[in-house]
Parts: sequence; structure tokens; C-alpha cells
Amino acid sequence: MSARGRLIATLLGAGAVAFFASALQRLGLNPLSLLEAGLLAMTPLALAAVGECLNEKAGVVNIGLEGILLISAITGVWAAEIFGSGTAGLLGGLVTGAVIGLVLGLVSVYGRADQIIAGMGLNIFALGFGPFLLISLWAFPGIHLFPEELMVPRLRTPIGGISPVTIAAVAVAVLAHLLLHRTVLGFRILAVGEKPEAVDVAGLRVDRLRLLTSTLGGALCGAGGAFLPLAWFGGVVKEISAGRGFIALACVVFAGLEPLLALGAAFLFGFAEGFSYAVAVTPGVKERIPFYFVSMVPYVTTLVVVALVIGQRRFPRTIGRPYVRE
Amino acid sequence: MSARLRLPRPLVESLATIAVGLVAGGLLMLVFGNNPLRAYQALFVGAFGSLEDVLETLAFATPLMLTGLTFAVGVRAGLFNIGAEGQMYLGAVGATFIAGTFPLPPLLHVATATLVAMLCGALWALPPALLKIWRGVHEVISTIMCNWIAFHLSTYLVIYFLTGAGRADSTRPALPTARYPVLFAESTLTAVIFVAVAFCLVVYLYLWGTRAGYELRLAGENPEAARYAGVHAGRAMLLSFGMGGLAAGLAGASQIIGRPPAWSLYATLGNVTTLGFDGIGVALVGRSHPLGGILAAFLFGALAHGGRFMEYHAGVLSELVRAINGLIVLTLAVPELWAIVRRRLGR
Repeated sequence: MSARGRLIATLLGAGAVAFFASALQRLGLNPLSLLEAGLLAMTPLALAAVGECLNEKAGVVNIGLEGILLISAITGVWAAEIFGSGTAGLLGGLVTGAVIGLVLGLVSVYGRADQIIAGMGLNIFALGFGPFLLISLWAFPGIHLFPEELMVPRLRTPIGGISPVTIAAVAVAVLAHLLLHRTVLGFRILAVGEKPEAVDVAGLRVDRLRLLTSTLGGALCGAGGAFLPLAWFGGVVKEISAGRGFIALACVVFAGLEPLLALGAAFLFGFAEGFSYAVAVTPGVKERIPFYFVSMVPYVTTLVVVALVIGQRRFPRTIGRPYVRE
Repeated sequence: MSARLRLPRPLVESLATIAVGLVAGGLLMLVFGNNPLRAYQALFVGAFGSLEDVLETLAFATPLMLTGLTFAVGVRAGLFNIGAEGQMYLGAVGATFIAGTFPLPPLLHVATATLVAMLCGALWALPPALLKIWRGVHEVISTIMCNWIAFHLSTYLVIYFLTGAGRADSTRPALPTARYPVLFAESTLTAVIFVAVAFCLVVYLYLWGTRAGYELRLAGENPEAARYAGVHAGRAMLLSFGMGGLAAGLAGASQIIGRPPAWSLYATLGNVTTLGFDGIGVALVGRSHPLGGILAAFLFGALAHGGRFMEYHAGVLSELVRAINGLIVLTLAVPELWAIVRRRLGR
């Protein structure tokens, strides 16, 4: 599908969402609360997906986003408690993500790793390290609630409470788009994904560019991870990432690596998730549809959307492959 | 190293990778104020200290060799099937359904429950396979989505249809006629291990002894050559997903009708969760080979069983074992590591 086709698909999706919302209102669901929930659910997806778009444009794949979300959600809360501030917690998550992204970048660039397997390794590591951290830090298995004043406050707007992080995530998507298509650094990132040998011959460092995008992608994902407990749930559990890292990867695939389209996809999937929360608490609906089916909505949506729109995509020529100087 | 001591390189590399994972895990222990030496001593004694412990290690290895097989067969066909987790949930549900609900004659009951579990696993592997073949959907995304859908679906089925009378924490237990016999009274090892090993052997013979198996491997190793040779790529994928699903379904059954004392599925799915992901490490350490997987599963089973002792005797949380598994996989992903080591050793 062409860029224009994807744009049309995104707009159609947004139209469908609007239509859907008005239909729900008749059922007694408040579309504004739905939008509020959708925007919250969009934020971590958008941050992770936009970062990964930059990373994959440079030819590196990180399927360990899920693991970064989980670990940085925990370290984010930890940092927030140490510094007594939710914003510091977000920064803590960002730094955690950056460090993990950097390590994975080193492994990919200098270790010439199979990036899919390395990313899986990171995810499995997080599956054990996350619960381990939860118990080590707070001596309480599986869950940790923190003082409410550490929550990053939401902005009061006419359409409901919007997190400043959500606005930042939208800004990041726009900035990433401008970076890629309007700056010299962006052109270099694109070039390093397509023709690393040319970038090398031009005297630029392939390794440093890829380490940069991997670290940046990890940092954004880490901020998204810390967002989950600190600006949304108010607590951290060992399953807090719940497949969102992979949904973010689906956004990247959907978007054909374009940050703005990834934002659109994140909104679509975020809306599906927000919808599931809204349905789960709607009187009259919640008695009839078991909660377990409602919980499937985001995953089923992701599967269906990816299956419908995938078609022809154009990925960087060297994606997932290490650069070896001849 | 002298020539007569030389082991096959893959084996040495796999063992070295495990060593790297353990060392990195030890560093993590130091960071959090534990004594790694004491922890690993407890782990080793826990896993191999007595005959009962070795048997228990084997019991832990049984599901892992199967979920490892799921990933390994995928890799052989050029796929990253990380859906063993969800396929295993459905297998466990299928086994529970037959074993706990229908009274059948003894041998027939075990066989039916096992087969239904395997078919449930294979059925759950079908959507990602078809999405890959028809729409080119990457299996990493589709299998993970299916894992989460399977989690919610299985929890729903357990709570609404399979829960035992008067208990909310687990399903009604498998009827005695549907249980694999316990081999030694001191351990939870049952005869299901023979079925698991036999299934691995059958897959090995199939992959290396039949035309369809050869085509599957060719499609994974060299897709272009496979195309020229007239190999139907879609069929190879379907076969690989199907076999993987059967294995994962059997893994699920092994935890329900082949594992005392519960003989049932917990409502949290707690006695099956993460066994599917652990299989990825098993498959990679086993070099995506069904027989290598059996050996690797024994090692990972030792880590899992010994990890409980580590928690008890050295105060190191057993969750760290899974983190170590992840570090092992990460290390395995880096081929350059071995090139660097060899260069340093001047070989």
C-alpha cells in the first residue's frame, strides 16, 4: 500500500472511530470518556512505535520493546519514589530504556547479532527480571502501589483530562517526522538503512548512527513504559506491558516506518484498548459480555488490522542485517 | 585443548553460553546483595543432589523439550513461532476438558485426552500460519497476539466451564483413568516423559527422513533454492506451525494429566504460564534440533528445579532463573562473540 493509501486508511479508521463513538453514546457509553481512555492507551504505543520507526529506518530491528516497557515501568516507579516526583520517574524510565537500547544496539552493531533472537532474549530476560525487581525493591510479589501524589497530573481540558505525556508523544511523532525528512541527520539515518556502504564511504560512522537510533528508540520506549504506572494505572504489576510492545511493533509495520502514520496506528489500537475498558464498566453491557472477551479486543483488533492493511510495504534494504565493511 | 578432548563445537558453544548467562546472573545477584556462589551451589545441589532431584529435574524438563520443539521446528522452516505459550494454554484446556469431564476406560482416556490436547494446540497455531501464508503477517506479531487472546479465552473457559464444584482456584481434576502413571513415588515424574521424548524422536525422523521434512528444512535454509526445487513454501509453513502446535498442545497436557499433585489447571493458568517462552531458550541452546532440544531441556529443567532450592536456601528469588534464561538467549544471538573468543585463543 502506498503512503497515500495508508493515509487514507488512517483517515477512514479515524472516521470509523468517530462513527463508532457516536453509536456507543446511544448505548449509554460516554464518547468523551472513551476518547480519554483511548488517548491514554495511545501514548505508550505511540512513544514506543515512533522510536522504533527511527530505529528501523536506520536498519536495526528491536523486538524487545515489550521487555523495555516492563523493566522501565518498574525502574520508573523506583526513580519516582527516590526523587519524590512522577516527572523524575518518567525520566528514570527514559534513561532505563536508553541504556537497554544502547546495549541492544552494541550487540547488534558490533556483535552482529541475530536481532530477532537478541530481542527475544531481552523479552525473556524482562519476564524474569521484572518480577525479580518487584520483589527485590519492594518485597512484595507481583504488584506495587505507590503514593498517589507521585502520579503525573493530567491537564484539565474541555474534552477531559489529558496527560501532558500524551501531548509530548504527539509532539515527538511530529518531531521525528521532521527529523527524518527535513534534516541532514534524518537523511543520514535513511541512508544508513538503505546503503550503509555509501554512508561509510562518505566518511560517516555507520555504527554510531545505528547506536544513536537504537538508544533513541529505547529511550522513547522507556518513557512509554514509565508512563504506564506513573501517568495511567497508579501502580505497577508484573504483567504491566501486556503485549503492548508487540502492538507497538504492529503500529510500526502498519505505518511502513513513517512516524506520523505510526501515531495514527497507535491511536487506532489505543482506541480499541480504551473501548475495552469502557465496555468493561458499562452497566447493561458488562453483565452480558464476560470481561475476558472484552480484554481480547485490543489483540484481536491488532491482528485484524495488520492482516487487512499489510500488503506491499517498503522497508529499508538492510533492515535487520548487520553492516560488515568489505 | 588436546585433540582427544575436543567436543563438537556447537556443544561447547552452547555450554559456554550457559556459563555466560550464569555469570551475568551472578553479577545481578551481587548488585542486589546476594551471594552468587552460595546461590549456585544451592541450585546445583537442588537440581542434581539426589536421585529424587534428578527425577524432578526430568519432570521440569518434559514440557520444555516440547515447547522448545515448537520454536525449533519453526526455525527449521525459517519462522519465529513464539506462539507455544498460547498453544500450550489451549492444549491444557483441551486435556482438562476430556480428562475431567468424560469417564472413559483407562488407557483410552489418557490417549484421548492427550490427542485432544495436541489437536487444540495445533488448531491454535492455525490462524498465525494462515495469516502468514495469505497476508504475509509477520508471525512474531500474530503469535504474540494469539498468546494473549489464548490467555483470556483459557481463563474464561476455566472459570465458566471447567471449574470444579466448590473450588474457584482450579479446574476439576483429571479423573484417575486419565492420569499418566507416576514413575517414582518421590517425584512428580510420570510416564508422560516417554510420550514427550517419543514425539521429539518422531519429529526428528520426520524432518531428516522424509521428503516433506526435507522440503520444510530447505524452505527454511534457502528459500530461493526451495522455490526452484518446486517446494511449496506455504505447505512447509503450515506443516511447521502444525507440528509446533501439536508439540505445544502436548506440553499443555503434560502439566495437567502428567503432573501431580494438582492434576488440574489453575484458574490463573499459573502451572503452565511462561513454559512456552522458556522453550525459546531451550530450542536455541539445543541448536534448533529435536534431539539437542532434549539435552537443553534437561539443563533448563535443572535451572527451574534447582532455582526453587536457590530461593529456599540462599534467598535468591527463583524469578532470577528466567532472567538468566533471557541472558543465555541474548548471548546466543551474538555469533561475533565466538569469533572474538577464537581470535583471542589464536585458533
